[in-house]
Amino acid sequence: MTARPNQPERYYNYAYLDEQTKRMIRRSILKALAIPGYQVPFGSREMPVPYGWGTGGIQLTAAIIGPDDVYKCIDQGADDTTNAVSIRRFFAQVADVAVTEDTGKATIIQTRHRIPEQPLKAGQVLVFQVPQPEPLRGLEARETETRAMHAYEEYGLQYVSLYESVATYGRIASTVGYPTMVDERYLMSPSPIPKFDNPKMGDNEAILLFGAGREKRIYAVPPHTSVRSLDFEDYPFETQTWEEDCALCGAEESYLDEVVLDDAGTRMFVCSDSHFCADRRAAGHIGPMADHELAALETEPA
Amino acid sequence: MNAMPKAIAIAQAAPLLRVDKLTKSYGHVVGCRDVSFELRRGEVLGVVGESGSGKTTLLNCISGRLPPSSGAVEFDTSRFGLTDIYGLNEPDRRRMQREEWGFVHQNPRDGLRMRVSGGANVAEPLMNLGNRHYGKMRSATIEWLERVELDTRRIDDKPRNFSGGMQQRIQVARNLIHGPRLVFMDEPTGGLDVSVQARLLDLLRELVRDLGLAVIIVTHDMAVARLMADRLIVMKDGFVVETGLTDQVLDDPQHPYSQLLVSSVLQI
Amino acid sequence: MSNQPLIVVEGLAKTFILHNAEGATIPVFDGLGLEVSPGECVVLAGESGVGKSTLMRSIYGNYLPTHGAVRVLHDGAYVDITGAPPHQVLDVRRRTLGYVSQFLRVIPRISTLQLVMEPLLENGVDPIEAQERAEKLLGALRLPKAHWDLPPATFSGGEQQRVNIARSFIRNYPVLLLDEPTASLDAENRAIVVQLIKQALDEGAAMIGIFHDHDVRDAVATSLFNVSEFKVAA
Repeated sequence: MTARPNQPERYYNYAYLDEQTKRMIRRSILKALAIPGYQVPFGSREMPVPYGWGTGGIQLTAAIIGPDDVYKCIDQGADDTTNAVSIRRFFAQVADVAVTEDTGKATIIQTRHRIPEQPLKAGQVLVFQVPQPEPLRGLEARETETRAMHAYEEYGLQYVSLYESVATYGRIASTVGYPTMVDERYLMSPSPIPKFDNPKMGDNEAILLFGAGREKRIYAVPPHTSVRSLDFEDYPFETQTWEEDCALCGAEESYLDEVVLDDAGTRMFVCSDSHFCADRRAAGHIGPMADHELAALETEPA
Repeated sequence: MNAMPKAIAIAQAAPLLRVDKLTKSYGHVVGCRDVSFELRRGEVLGVVGESGSGKTTLLNCISGRLPPSSGAVEFDTSRFGLTDIYGLNEPDRRRMQREEWGFVHQNPRDGLRMRVSGGANVAEPLMNLGNRHYGKMRSATIEWLERVELDTRRIDDKPRNFSGGMQQRIQVARNLIHGPRLVFMDEPTGGLDVSVQARLLDLLRELVRDLGLAVIIVTHDMAVARLMADRLIVMKDGFVVETGLTDQVLDDPQHPYSQLLVSSVLQI
Repeated sequence: MSNQPLIVVEGLAKTFILHNAEGATIPVFDGLGLEVSPGECVVLAGESGVGKSTLMRSIYGNYLPTHGAVRVLHDGAYVDITGAPPHQVLDVRRRTLGYVSQFLRVIPRISTLQLVMEPLLENGVDPIEAQERAEKLLGALRLPKAHWDLPPATFSGGEQQRVNIARSFIRNYPVLLLDEPTASLDAENRAIVVQLIKQALDEGAAMIGIFHDHDVRDAVATSLFNVSEFKVAA
């Protein structure tokens, strides 16, 4: 039917990108790791998916992946969404790697807009897909100016957006892409992860890599680096909380997605991290709607 | 905040700004040539002349936005004393511009962030100075909106929802809230109708007096020059053709061009 | 009180050159000298057009003399108004040299009271004290209280002039130049102004004035100075 990956008739170069490109990207990654939070420009390539579908993350993964890696890919926390499934199959094919949904077993986890609930360990790499790497872009359109602001650590402007938020909503209302300060030097967009995940970035054991394909930027947070979410003295940073627990696994501390169940407006809250939820259920944790049909769906293999 | 009364401020001997043989050419076209003057604390200098006379080029050079072809611009910075601003490295110069200067543009769109509220526009310089307490910045902003006679209930409206005169007030507040020592104004009342213009000028006069500000104001309007400036520089074709006390230049102009300029003002 | 003159005019000449009227020159006076000591009020004499106002304005630095010097005693030293740097001239005007013109240069929207307080505020006087002094002076000049909060733009000529006088007399300038300060005043108000002038002279002010009204002139003048003696024929 189809050629097995890594056989002589394999159609693409290993991990899709040619070796020179991977070298170029690796050099950019090293620079990004050396200057935590700094946006390193790189020669982003055309990928076989449209911009906005994870071209930055795919290129990062392609540059660092090897046959011994175990690859996991999630989209909004879920392993079984179309985008995650497609990218996972892509690397299974072009890089001949084992794939997994198990956060603990993966060596490379590519993610769109979430950080897994299970704490990461040394040796793991979390690859973020980034639509807009420049946190100041919404306030300052000129790239020359934002670069100068980063160079001279002029970050007052970022607080203007927080000020607006407090003025309008009485609190800092932004919930995703919440701006952070890396190693008390570079202002960094965490990609559109929920601010719930922001505290997980600080002092993480794993390497965090961020790739923006369309914007041609790579940046990184090396292990054990401080990542501080910006705030005001009188309006400190806080994460989202829910009154509900996960309807399926009963988790109290995880990031929940709201799922509308019918036209009457019935809804349930479930863990956004599908593997985390399934793991807990397998371990015997039971939520109030554990026997719902969605629970059955999620246990099916991708 | 620098609340030194104007008279006392001016009397202090040291210049705040020193411009020495400043020349800016664009290729073989002269923007301004061989301009020298000093400005003291609390002093208001008017730069007058017709369009194309080099006023704006001069202002841009002095305000650190356009490197001159030759000559020097020295400012008495709080961190380094009297220093050639183009000799400073870029971060130090930007910091000085941010902390010690203000710049009021003719068009509020050039001086305001149109996408964020009036209040945030006014508060931004405080954030740039490292202020991280929302409540304190909020009350400082309200205080300044009152000072520039804006309805504080509209603090969270976007600039586009304000009239031209109000936008200009927001710009004035934004450029004064951080207590600058020198403020540049480029035709600050240019796009406004007369009654609004008069109000804004009064406001500026009061603020300049109460804060002991040094101001360089570029205008082609002799009435604005008379009302605002202590002394004038008259420019033509990039040269300074006359300088002196405002009332002397306007009432007894010496240079043919100044005489023409003054006699061209329409009387009502 | 020392009798050192507060103002010394030496060899003063003024010629207007009208560049836009084919360089026409209008000589006014030449070689003019004048000294005024504390308590003196020198009244300029000479027919209309002889250059009294031009002399007055040249002394104030409003006109730029062609030659000569105008020395004003300021902080114990003479400052030549014709050659001093602008900031120094402004400082002299702010603290030493006052000028009452015939006309009030109206500033839009500013109330009469504010206008009168302004010279005090410029000199760092506390606003509350400044207001008290302004109210007292406006009261003495019998300007109706209802007018105090209004800008003087719509006032009558006499009212505007009294505002102007208040603005100049609120500071006790050591040297005062009076250019027809009583021109549009009625007899009663003229008497009040004469009173103010005399009081300032008693306190040691030096004044140079132009008065067409002979009663006022006789009341305040300590000497007459005939400008026409220095007239240059055109």
